[in-house]
Amino acid sequence: MKFHLIGRNLVWFTMTLPALIWIIVFKYLTLAGVWIAFIDYKVRTGLFASQFVGLKNFEFLFSTDTAIRATRNTILLNALFISAGLVVSLSVAWLLFEIYASRFTRYYQTLILLPRFISWVVVSYFVYALLAADTGVVNSVLKHLGIAPISWYRTTQPWPFILLAVSLWHGVGLSSLIYLSGMIAIDMQLYEAARIDGASRWQQFRYITFPTLLPLVIINMLLALAYVLNADFGLFFQVTRDQQLLYPVTDVLDTYIYRSLIVTKTISMAGAAQFYQSFVGFILVIVANAVVRRIERSRNESLALF
Amino acid sequence: MIEAGRSDALPGVRMPSRRRFDAATVVVHIAVAGLALLCLFPLLLVVASSFTDEIALARNGYSIIPSKFSVEAYLAIFNKPAVILRAYAVTTGITFVGTILGVSMIALLAYPLSRRDFILRTPISFMVFFTMLFNGGLVPYYILMTQYLNVQNTIFALLLPHLVGAYYVLILRTYFSGLPDELFEAARVDGAGEWTIFWQIAVPLARPALATIALFIALNYWNDWTTALYFIRSPDLYPLQYLLYIIQSNAQAMALQEQVGQIGTQKLPTETARMAMAVLATGPASVLFLFFQKYLVRGVTLGAFK
Repeated sequence: MKFHLIGRNLVWFTMTLPALIWIIVFKYLTLAGVWIAFIDYKVRTGLFASQFVGLKNFEFLFSTDTAIRATRNTILLNALFISAGLVVSLSVAWLLFEIYASRFTRYYQTLILLPRFISWVVVSYFVYALLAADTGVVNSVLKHLGIAPISWYRTTQPWPFILLAVSLWHGVGLSSLIYLSGMIAIDMQLYEAARIDGASRWQQFRYITFPTLLPLVIINMLLALAYVLNADFGLFFQVTRDQQLLYPVTDVLDTYIYRSLIVTKTISMAGAAQFYQSFVGFILVIVANAVVRRIERSRNESLALF
Repeated sequence: MIEAGRSDALPGVRMPSRRRFDAATVVVHIAVAGLALLCLFPLLLVVASSFTDEIALARNGYSIIPSKFSVEAYLAIFNKPAVILRAYAVTTGITFVGTILGVSMIALLAYPLSRRDFILRTPISFMVFFTMLFNGGLVPYYILMTQYLNVQNTIFALLLPHLVGAYYVLILRTYFSGLPDELFEAARVDGAGEWTIFWQIAVPLARPALATIALFIALNYWNDWTTALYFIRSPDLYPLQYLLYIIQSNAQAMALQEQVGQIGTQKLPTETARMAMAVLATGPASVLFLFFQKYLVRGVTLGAFK
């Protein structure tokens, strides 16, 4: 190699060092931590001297109802969020697209994106303002209508839908903007031609917008499915105010792992649940990506994550 | 047909050309404006209740228009500002330092990865990629922070975890690779070293992408409460969002004590004061958001969101 290239490479390598060291410590050394799932972890003996117990932790984990329940809740709620999220964000994107030329659209976009940047703690404050038993807005409205108020934080049944509403409020802004940017990229002449042929707005959506967006939709769905065992800790911990009464429908793997690790300090249990979540997640991501690759190859576009 | 002569029907100008002011457009505007208000409503509710008289709030419940206007909640906070000022200092400090450190580390890693002559380009890129596929999760990370790095209960615990987002590295790498090669070659011919080229050419040209990434990192730090939940026990180090959470969960514990007939010894902020705290904690982030919203919307197109 030429001398100046070696010099350049040395400088470049030096540049990468701070971030590279950070990545090695936080992302690679932590990988050793998955070993916790297979040992009887004691703080005193640490990661390497604690006793190896094989699959005991997993046997124990899956003999508890809590872990099964957390898995079921995570998958079912994610399925609900993913399907409702798709319909709502596509609709919102389409609405925004219909008025994209208007100068108001910028402001609409900003407001719809805003909830994404409110911390979950503050979200839990206003959900409380809506749902508080005596003073909440929802119960005030119910009283007004002559319906008996509901003690929301003690009633399990409505919570999947409350969480869905909050999750949509929080996430639709972003996903609809992603679909919107896909729609803007469509050649406008297609629409001109369709209009000349007398196509209605719905027909334009049905036969131009939707088919063009379909690969993007499929890819987003696949990636969402790859993360089906992961839940947003903030949503489930803060918005429910960590109410134990609600656990039967709101406890997910992330809240279960947090509780086992930090509250009840059953670290081996947390480790086993964590390994199972990460490992299944990893496999799902690989599979999803392979499928995306397949689609991509057939369409000659680059869409996959890696 | 009528629109054929309009400039926005030209190929390459990707603007929907439906500027006709028909009934459907009005309906879409109303629907989208309604959605935007729906996104804003919960925040307005929190602001309104922070300006409501405490007794009026207890009697009439939360509402979007204060039943009796009062700034008492804010006066109460500003009367004893030590706690919230402390939390402000912690949050501002980690947001400021974390953003500068984070963006610098990301840029310094992304730039060499965008150079075709860099011999470690492929292996290091893969190392960055892989962290996005396998996520060890909370348990190994918790063990690393508390048992090996021993940073619990220090400011480093709040600062370290969010520095290098793999996703941002990849976005920035793509951005850097898109810059014209001639610029770099010309600088080299003029005798500029790699550091000079990085600071004087690459960084200024990538300013929009850097600003977007900085904004995301800043909002991330500002809204972070989980890190404190995991690692911080000393009240001196509470960031704002975590302080809000602690106040909320203490109030919840007090309410429980009252129910079982015990009288709390601690005086806690009233409900309106808590809402005022939430407003004060969200305020700066919302201003940041509104000022830089064009960078956020651009972030969506850059793919800065996961």
